[in-house]
Amino acid sequence: MTGSISQAKDKQFDGASQLNDTDYLETLRQQMLKFANLQISDTHLAEDAVQEALIGAMKKADSFGGRSAFKTWVFAILKNKIADVLRKRQRLAEVSELMGSDEDDEALTSLFDKNGHWNAEDRPNRWGDPEDSFKQQQFWVVFETCLNNLPGNQAKVFMMREYIGLDTDEICKEADLSISNLHVILHRARLKLQKCLEIKWYDGGNHA
Amino acid sequence: MLSCHQATRLASEAQERPLTFREKVSFKIHVMMCSGCRNFESSMSTLRKSMQEFASGNYESPDSDFPDNKDRDN
Repeated sequence: MTGSISQAKDKQFDGASQLNDTDYLETLRQQMLKFANLQISDTHLAEDAVQEALIGAMKKADSFGGRSAFKTWVFAILKNKIADVLRKRQRLAEVSELMGSDEDDEALTSLFDKNGHWNAEDRPNRWGDPEDSFKQQQFWVVFETCLNNLPGNQAKVFMMREYIGLDTDEICKEADLSISNLHVILHRARLKLQKCLEIKWYDGGNHA
Repeated sequence: MLSCHQATRLASEAQERPLTFREKVSFKIHVMMCSGCRNFESSMSTLRKSMQEFASGNYESPDSDFPDNKDRDN
């Protein structure tokens, strides 16, 4: 599932070195704390959420050669931990705010008309050669934004599938989902990512 | 006849499991006639490649601040 990752690129470093770089981890932890404290006013609970998220994320650190991807992963886990804390305290409106709500998913079904066909303005266009995009720094900024904009559970689950390469049974077990829930979540995540990348990057063949 | 919503669902599920013969046929017929879904299907493989590239760290985005979850303008 990890595909052909070229070993020859200079900037590659493996997950193990992220675990060893304490300065990097401390910077990351501070960013996480800042984020968590905005959502959870209780500093002890915020610290616990950050700690748990870091521990959870580090278990899979080997799957990541890149810091941006690792950070996106860590924050997806953190958001879910924070949502758990908020739910326990009955702060359901804040959970909605953090994780997205059913309205987000309604926006997805509005891509299709009443017969389930694409609305003309939402119909996917042809994208150019991805390899050309990959060489552009700005593409990765856009890509990261699109990933970060995935609501709720979608980011974590999608990354489990596409980064860590877990198979569906493993994801269902870890995330406590039924297989059909999982397919729905992945479908929504992909619809959303396709839309985001098309609008922000590929639209109208403006970019390769 | 598949709707586009159903076709995109199959295009997505095909990333996790092999489609049945029947599903494959329905899907192929649909995409022969529907460019939107054809493009969606090919964007699925681009998406997967992009995730792998991103994870591998061959390219990095500049270290931006933590994700702003209020940025949902798409």
